[in-house]
Amino acid sequence: MAQTVFAPWEDSQEKPLIEFVNVTKRFGDFTAIDNLSQKIYAREFFALLGPSGCGKTTMMRMLAGFETPSEGKILLAGQDIGAVPPNKRAVNMMFQSYALFPHLSVWDNIAFGLKREGMAKDKIAARVDEMLRLTRLEKFARRKPHQISGGQRQRVALARSLAKAPKLLLLDEPLGALDKKLRQETQFELMDIQESTGTTFVIVTHDQEEAMTVASRVAVMDHGRIVQVATPDVIYEAPNSVYVADFIGDVNLISGKASTRKAAPASQSKPAPQPAKPAEPTSPSPSDERRPQPNAMGEWLHDRVLEPVLGKRDPNTPAPIVEQVTAAEPQPVSAPPEIPAGGLAITWSPDHPPLIASNASETFGGADVVLALRPEKLNISTTKPDAPNVLRGKVIDIAYLGNISTYHVQLDNGTMVKAQIANTRRVSRRQITWEDEVWLSFTTTAGVVLEQGT
Amino acid sequence: MRRALLISIPYLWLLVLFLIPFVIVFKISLSDAAIARPPYLPTLELSEGWASIKEFFAELDFENYTFLGEDPLYRLAYLSSLKIAVVSTVLTLLVGYPIAYGMARAAPEWRPTLLMLIILPFWTSFLIRVYAWKGILSTEGLLNQLLMGIGLVDAPLTILNTNTAVYIGIAYTYLPFMVLPIYSALEKMDDSLLEAAEDLGCSRLQAFWMVTMPLSRAGIFAGSFLVFIPALGEFVIPSLLGGSDTLMIGKVLYEEFFSNRDWPVASAVAVILLLILIVPIVLFQLNQQKQQEAGK
Repeated sequence: MAQTVFAPWEDSQEKPLIEFVNVTKRFGDFTAIDNLSQKIYAREFFALLGPSGCGKTTMMRMLAGFETPSEGKILLAGQDIGAVPPNKRAVNMMFQSYALFPHLSVWDNIAFGLKREGMAKDKIAARVDEMLRLTRLEKFARRKPHQISGGQRQRVALARSLAKAPKLLLLDEPLGALDKKLRQETQFELMDIQESTGTTFVIVTHDQEEAMTVASRVAVMDHGRIVQVATPDVIYEAPNSVYVADFIGDVNLISGKASTRKAAPASQSKPAPQPAKPAEPTSPSPSDERRPQPNAMGEWLHDRVLEPVLGKRDPNTPAPIVEQVTAAEPQPVSAPPEIPAGGLAITWSPDHPPLIASNASETFGGADVVLALRPEKLNISTTKPDAPNVLRGKVIDIAYLGNISTYHVQLDNGTMVKAQIANTRRVSRRQITWEDEVWLSFTTTAGVVLEQGT
Repeated sequence: MRRALLISIPYLWLLVLFLIPFVIVFKISLSDAAIARPPYLPTLELSEGWASIKEFFAELDFENYTFLGEDPLYRLAYLSSLKIAVVSTVLTLLVGYPIAYGMARAAPEWRPTLLMLIILPFWTSFLIRVYAWKGILSTEGLLNQLLMGIGLVDAPLTILNTNTAVYIGIAYTYLPFMVLPIYSALEKMDDSLLEAAEDLGCSRLQAFWMVTMPLSRAGIFAGSFLVFIPALGEFVIPSLLGGSDTLMIGKVLYEEFFSNRDWPVASAVAVILLLILIVPIVLFQLNQQKQQEAGK
């Protein structure tokens, strides 16, 4: 992973290790997997993510051989494995319950599969010892499963499923039973082991954080279909549907009607498309010369505290520049400055100006859309900032999580919006507390425009 | 204090209803038969002082035990009882295991019903149920009529009044004692263990031998002891279903007490039977203890 980007799915020449071809699986009337096709490549760490009942476990059980597809076929290295029973497949599975044999010691559990292969005794011993070393279980080889901790059991299950050096390892909610800290540690261990053994891993999980951490690609599933398959960053930053945006991470969803904005650069002279927004005379305009500007707090401090002591401000400070700019181009003062032309304006509430998204396709023009905004992409301030998208609201709730704080802000029209700020300072310069009037702002590329009802 | 009181209840129970009667039986086994009431000598006369007690102990001896060793009847009866108990236990296991397995694999909503059906025969009298087998196993019985009806045999089979009838009777009577512990062991088993075994290269049959069997071993042990221990001293089933040549120690014991009225010899037979049973009882206890530890 260090030098070249691992992305076999982008190479059309690459042969997939596993291929689902139009696979459908029904249980009576219930369709668990609905005409699904998907390729998984060798050495991938592929995550199947979705709520319970979405078909992810069925997909995994079909790979293991515990279920056979009702229609379609599954290819493993080009071979149809539909009729191959689980004990004849080069696929091993780590069970959610670990399924360790309680009557056998840790050592015998790991050796179980090797003994069935009829491997020579000394070779078995060598392989088991290797697995014990890999999972750091040497000290517990003689213990029975009920004599070790949950985390150790999880590692025994992993060692047992890896012992036969399968082409494909299936992990069914492998870390579900561990507490959070242990789970996070184990996720990195899993990634290390996956990399060092070069085995293809397919993991089933409902924990999106876990999927994002370990996987090279994540498949988000819903009702027996894969909604989106992509790398974790794409899934997070560019979800293809409201479902994916909502399932992965925290998101604010704002529904509205999109209209295309003029793409011509001349539009700068025209009044901005937000008449509701009051002009702010003190706001500085963009200038090539980026000088530090006092903000509202600074102004206030200056006027109240410094001025009586130091006297009037030095005329050489940025003030003349502001004057200069406003004098040169007085018209666009009312317009928010840094809005690139083009994109969409989303009308969503009579109490708020339309939201501008410059990163959306113009084909959405006239359509009902949803703007998906991640809380961490919103900025929160007590004074009105200069930003293309500004929303006014009141802080209702603050969730302090230590490293970050999530502010629940009720907008003027009643909509609740979450904004997340990293707590980089011990004492925030802008103390925001409950019931405070605040402004939320974000850039024109912060959100993702999605079709409604997806 | 309260705890000691609580613990003392079962011990008191054992003392009064087991240990004291056993000491009495043991004492009788050391006495001599007599035409008297009670039919043995000596009897303890505490009113006549220390000398009489001394005399009483001097008269006790192991004569009856030597007699049991000399007469081949008793040795044969013990061996025959052991054989019948072992064969019946194995038979019960062979019938009971598939039943327990089927119950444990049945859909969860069916399990209480199946469990009920296993226990249901206990609601009728044990004697009536054993007696009913006479009607099934006799030469004109239901079984023979069925076998001849479908043309499997030409002449009726002689089953009643043989050891076979005793095996069938014991297996039938003690079946629930075998099924229930095995069922409870199998029911606890996680199905994913079998899937894991298959995933690691076992066929279905291998998975059964390597995983299901060892995990139900505790249940098999418990069930086998629960059948073997009462079967060894069984008296009613051999006397109702067995023939004149069916030799079982329970029957011998009965004859000694009631027909022969030789209480001392009968007591000696009972004491030896108990000593034989101590071995499987201790094994059973160890098994239960091990199971409890594994469950922790």
